[in-house]
Amino acid sequence: MSARKAPSQSLARVFAWPLALFATSLAGLVLGLTGDGWEDVFAVALLAAAPFAIAAAWARRDRPRPSTRPERSTAP
Amino acid sequence: MSPRRIRFWFVLHKWSGLVPTAFLLMLCLTGLPLIFHDEIDAAFGTDYEATLAGPPSADMAANAGSVGLPLDAIMDRALADHPGQVPLFMAFSQDSPLTTVTLGPRPDAEVGDMTLLNYDRTTGRALGSVAGDGLMDVILGLHTDMLLGRWGMYFLGAMGGLFVVSLVSGTVLYAPFMRRLRFGRLRGAGATGRSAKRQLDRHNLVGIATLGWALAIGVTGAINAFADPLTESWRDGEVAAMTAAYAGEAPLDPARYGSLDTAMASARAALPGRSPQFIGFPGGGWSSGHHYAIFFQGDRPLTRNLLTPALVDARTGTLTDARTMPAVNQALMLSKPLHFGDYGGLPLKLVWAALTCALIWVLWSGIALWLRPRRGGREHRLRTWRALVSTPA
Repeated sequence: MSARKAPSQSLARVFAWPLALFATSLAGLVLGLTGDGWEDVFAVALLAAAPFAIAAAWARRDRPRPSTRPERSTAP
Repeated sequence: MSPRRIRFWFVLHKWSGLVPTAFLLMLCLTGLPLIFHDEIDAAFGTDYEATLAGPPSADMAANAGSVGLPLDAIMDRALADHPGQVPLFMAFSQDSPLTTVTLGPRPDAEVGDMTLLNYDRTTGRALGSVAGDGLMDVILGLHTDMLLGRWGMYFLGAMGGLFVVSLVSGTVLYAPFMRRLRFGRLRGAGATGRSAKRQLDRHNLVGIATLGWALAIGVTGAINAFADPLTESWRDGEVAAMTAAYAGEAPLDPARYGSLDTAMASARAALPGRSPQFIGFPGGGWSSGHHYAIFFQGDRPLTRNLLTPALVDARTGTLTDARTMPAVNQALMLSKPLHFGDYGGLPLKLVWAALTCALIWVLWSGIALWLRPRRGGREHRLRTWRALVSTPA
């Protein structure tokens, strides 16, 4: 592989977002079960964070950020 | 993490995922329509909760005689319409006057022999029997036990257990696979086609993002699969202890059952301010041989899912005991709404459906990843795998 290796991240960094989404999902599940009315609204919002994160990553895939790495271009 | 350890988790993840995949896909596909069972029932006109006007049948029990018909009158009507049958359950609604009476040939009748009858408690009008063989019932049957009864249920419970193992091992593997990638990065974008990297990154992203929900679904599903033995252990343990004084007596003959309204009044006096959900009749799965077990729900959103039974002597109508159920049975009761996602209205159901679709994607991409590196033999597979772990682009 010709690409330069990216620096290795710490475990805390790798799991920062997953942990945040995990906590958000569980908070949504519990809040919906323990409350009515505004709690249900918050529960839906919290639980929707995971599908939203997936959709955001999916959308970004098609519009890659300008890379700082040199392009492997055929131009001179 | 050492390569050996990664390999261990990799193999564990692979097999704990592949073995139950077909069943999990079936559970996802049958689960999708079940999320919307209220809406589907309403669309096909079988949702009496929405169409019957009047105060809730559960509330009417509070002032039996003044609003709506006495419980005894409803039961007499049901038994008169179905001679030779005995009462098994009577269930109340918290939203409408709907009252459901379950009859069967014997007090310990199997589910298949039961007849469910709906009544409007305000007028006593019979609303017909609940068919139990509609499309939604078949879907629920497939989802619960693949129409194979108790062993089918246990089997699906075991598949749920394996699913939880695959979630845990997948999370462990997420670290080595993602240590050089930021969250949400999907490699192999653009015109590079269906590369293994792209598939792996999507699998990892969708899997880790839905982890909390998937874990909740897996654990509650596995608990629900063991609902029958958990209820039996409550009946044979706690109920037997509560009704120890009756241990030597023969089961009560249905002809000698006393007034339901007297029993309900005794139970309400013991558990004031609560709303009854259903009555389990003597000799069935939810009571002793001599008692009406009247199950009350709590008055707050959380305790609404937790039932407290009052055991009332079915002959005399006097209270024997009322105790909250053991922790394991309470966990079972909370597992139901947490599994079905039907406790927060339509918006929550839509999110539930989106998460289910995401899970279908994870399962599908897992199979695709397993099939992909099989071309080219073991060496090629190892090389691909090593490259996937270490390269960012």
